[in-house]
Amino acid sequence: MRSDALAYLDYAATTPMRPEAVAAMSPYLSDVFANPSGGHAAARAAKTALEEAREEIAALLGTEPFEVVLTGGGTEADNLAVKGAARAARDAGRGRGVVTTAFEHKGVLAACDHLERDGFRVKRVAIDRGGIVDLDDLAAALDGDTAVVSVMLVNNEIGTIQPLDDVAALVRERAPQAVLHTDAVQAVPWIDVAAAAAPADLVAVSAHKFGGPKGMGALVVREGIVVAPLVEGGGQERGLRSGTSNVAGAVAMAAALRVTATERAAVVTRVAALRDRLVAGLAAAVPDCFFNGDAARKVAGNCHVGFPGVEAEALLVALDRAGVCAAAGSSCSSGATEPSHVLEAMGMARADALASIRLSLGPPSTDADVDAALATIPAAVERLRPVGAARA
Amino acid sequence: MSAPVLVAMSGGVDSSVAAALLVETGHDVTGVTLKLWGGESDSGCCSVGDVEDARRVAAQLDIPHYVFNFADDFEAKVVAPYADDYASGRTPNPCVECNRSMKFGRLLERADALGFEAVATGHHARRRASESGYHLVRGADLAKDQSYVLYMLGQRELARARFPVGELTKTEVRAHAARLGLRTAAKPESMDVCFISRREGRERFLGSRVPARPGAVVDAAGVVVGHHEGIAGFTIGQRRGLGVSTGERRYVLDVDAATATVTIGSRTDLLRDAARVEALTFAAGSPPPAHHELLLQVRAHGTPVAGWLDGDVVRFATPQPRVAPGQVVAFYDGDTLLGGGIAAA
Repeated sequence: MRSDALAYLDYAATTPMRPEAVAAMSPYLSDVFANPSGGHAAARAAKTALEEAREEIAALLGTEPFEVVLTGGGTEADNLAVKGAARAARDAGRGRGVVTTAFEHKGVLAACDHLERDGFRVKRVAIDRGGIVDLDDLAAALDGDTAVVSVMLVNNEIGTIQPLDDVAALVRERAPQAVLHTDAVQAVPWIDVAAAAAPADLVAVSAHKFGGPKGMGALVVREGIVVAPLVEGGGQERGLRSGTSNVAGAVAMAAALRVTATERAAVVTRVAALRDRLVAGLAAAVPDCFFNGDAARKVAGNCHVGFPGVEAEALLVALDRAGVCAAAGSSCSSGATEPSHVLEAMGMARADALASIRLSLGPPSTDADVDAALATIPAAVERLRPVGAARA
Repeated sequence: MSAPVLVAMSGGVDSSVAAALLVETGHDVTGVTLKLWGGESDSGCCSVGDVEDARRVAAQLDIPHYVFNFADDFEAKVVAPYADDYASGRTPNPCVECNRSMKFGRLLERADALGFEAVATGHHARRRASESGYHLVRGADLAKDQSYVLYMLGQRELARARFPVGELTKTEVRAHAARLGLRTAAKPESMDVCFISRREGRERFLGSRVPARPGAVVDAAGVVVGHHEGIAGFTIGQRRGLGVSTGERRYVLDVDAATATVTIGSRTDLLRDAARVEALTFAAGSPPPAHHELLLQVRAHGTPVAGWLDGDVVRFATPQPRVAPGQVVAFYDGDTLLGGGIAAA
C-alpha cells in the first residue's frame, strides 16, 4: 500500500497495480469464476476471457497467441525457459552447453546452477565495467555443443539495456543449434519488448513489474522451439505449464500491458527527466558519489549510486526512517542484504558494491519523490560517513 | 515519545520480551536481527525461521524491523578465531567475542550513526547508574544470569546498553510473552554455539577448518597412556571422553597444540592457586584496588570463588581447577561486575 508519507523509489522491485488492471480482473475473481478448461457455458466465458487476454498479450509482445505460455511469474518463466530448453535439447541429443551471463537474475542463475549439477556445461559470460555483456567473451563461450543461451534484456539492479541484436547474431553464427532466451522482466515498462526481444526464441516477462498482479507472468515460446515442462498435470498452456488457468491474472496482465504500451513514450520522457534531476541533485550534494551502470545505456527509471565509505545497509535504514523506500543488492530469504553479484560481475571493488544503493523510479513517480530523496540522502550519507570511513 | 532504542531481536523469547517491555514503557523502538552466519546450523539465531519469528513479533508490537548482515565480520572476529583457538589448544567462548565485536561493537556503532540513543538486548543482566558511573549487575534470575558473557562492557557501552529482561526471572519473561501472545513465548532456549549445528557437532566443524592431528595422551609423568584423534576434543578440566581407562578419575591437565599432546592427571594435579589473564577490561575503566577481595567466576554458570587481582594475575583464596586458556575470568564485587579478562596459556 502506497502511503503519501512515503517516497517510494523501489519500482524495480515491484509496482502498484494499474487501476485499469484492477478493474479488468475484478469480474474474474467473482462473477466469471469458472475453470476455463470446462465444457459448460460458465467455462466458455472464462475461456474466452483467457484467450482474449492471451491475444492481447501476444500482440503487445509482438508474437502469436499460441506462442504465449502463461506462468506464475517471471522467475517461473525463466526457469521454464532455461531448464526446459536445456532438457529438451539433451533429450534430443542437441548438446549439453548452457551459456549465460554473470549478472543475470537469480531466476536464471539458479536454474543454470541446477543444470550444472545435472551434468550440463555452464559458462557465465563476463560483464564490462559499464554493465554490458562482453561480446568477445560471449563469442568465445559459444560452440557447437551450446544448447541454450540466456542473456537478459535489462539488468534488474543497474538498469543497463543489453545489445540483444548483437548477442543473437553471435549465437546464430557460432551456435546455430542453440535456443536464445532473454529475461525481459525489467524491460517492459521502458522499452518496446516486441521489437527489442524479437531476435530471442524465448522471452520472459512478469506482470507486477508493469502494473499487473504479482504471481503472473509469461514465457514467449516461438514456434518450433521445444521446451520440456517443469509443472506437469492437466496439460494447460500447451502442456508447458499445467494447473488451472489464472484467468483474472491473465486479464489483468493484458490490461496492464496495454496501458504500459500506450503510455510508454510519455512515461519514459517524464521519468527520465525525474531520474536525471535526481542524479544531478545527488552529484551536486555529494560530490564524491559514483553512479553505476553506463548512463547512456540504461532504462529511464534506474539510478544506481554509491557513496564512498557509507554502508548501504545502514543507509537504507536511515532512508526508511525518513520515509524513503530504496534497495541494495538482492534480498535473500532472511531479508538480509547480500553483496550484489551484479556489481561483483561488473568488477566493482567489494567496498564500492557494499556502498551502493538502487533508486528506481516508475510510472507513478513524482517530483515530490525526487525532492524527498534529495532532502534525505545527502544528510543521511553525511551522518553515516564516519562509521564507514572508520571501517575502511 | 522518548529517544529511539534499537533492540537486537534474535527470534527468541528474551529479546522478544525486551522489545515488548520497551514498547510498553513508551519508547520509540526499532527491532533488528543480525544475520551472522551463512553456514548450516540448526541451533543459532540466523535461520530463516528465527528471523521470521523476530519479524512477526516486531509486526505484532507494531515496530519497524530490519536485518543487518554482519556475516563477514562474524566470520573474521568470531568464527575464525574460535577455530584458531581450538587449533592452538585453547578453549574459546564465542558468545563473549560476539558480544564484544558484534552486539556491543559493530551494532552499537551503527546504532550511533543511525541516531539511536541506546541498544537493547535480551541478556539477563541489570544495568545500574550511580554517581560513579554505570554498573552491570547480575540478572534478577541468578540461574539465567549472563553478566559473565558481558564482562567486556565499559562505560562507553554501558551508557548505551539496555537489558530490559534483566529485572525479570525467566518464568516472568515467559509469562509476559504469553500474556502478550507473542509467538516466541514457549520457544525452547538455544544452548549451543550458534554456528555449529547439533548434527555436525564441534569436532566435525573444527575438523572442516583445521585438519585434526592425532597425538598422544600422556600422564603427568609424561608416560604415554593412550592416543587421540585431535586436540579439539579436549579442554582443560574435562573428565569425560578421554578414551583412557586408568581405574581412577582423570582430568585433562594440559593441551599442547605444538606436539598434539594431551596430558591427564588427578584432580589434585589440576589445582592452581593463580591464573594469568589477558585482554583485561574494567567496567569502571580502571582496575579495583590491588588485593581488593573479589569474587572470581571462571565459567559461564560456575560458582564464583574468592580471590584478588595482582597485576595481570588472578589469585584464588583456595586452589581451584586450572582455568582453560581462552576462558573468561570475570571479577565481581558481590553481584556487581567489575571487569574481567581471558585466561592466558
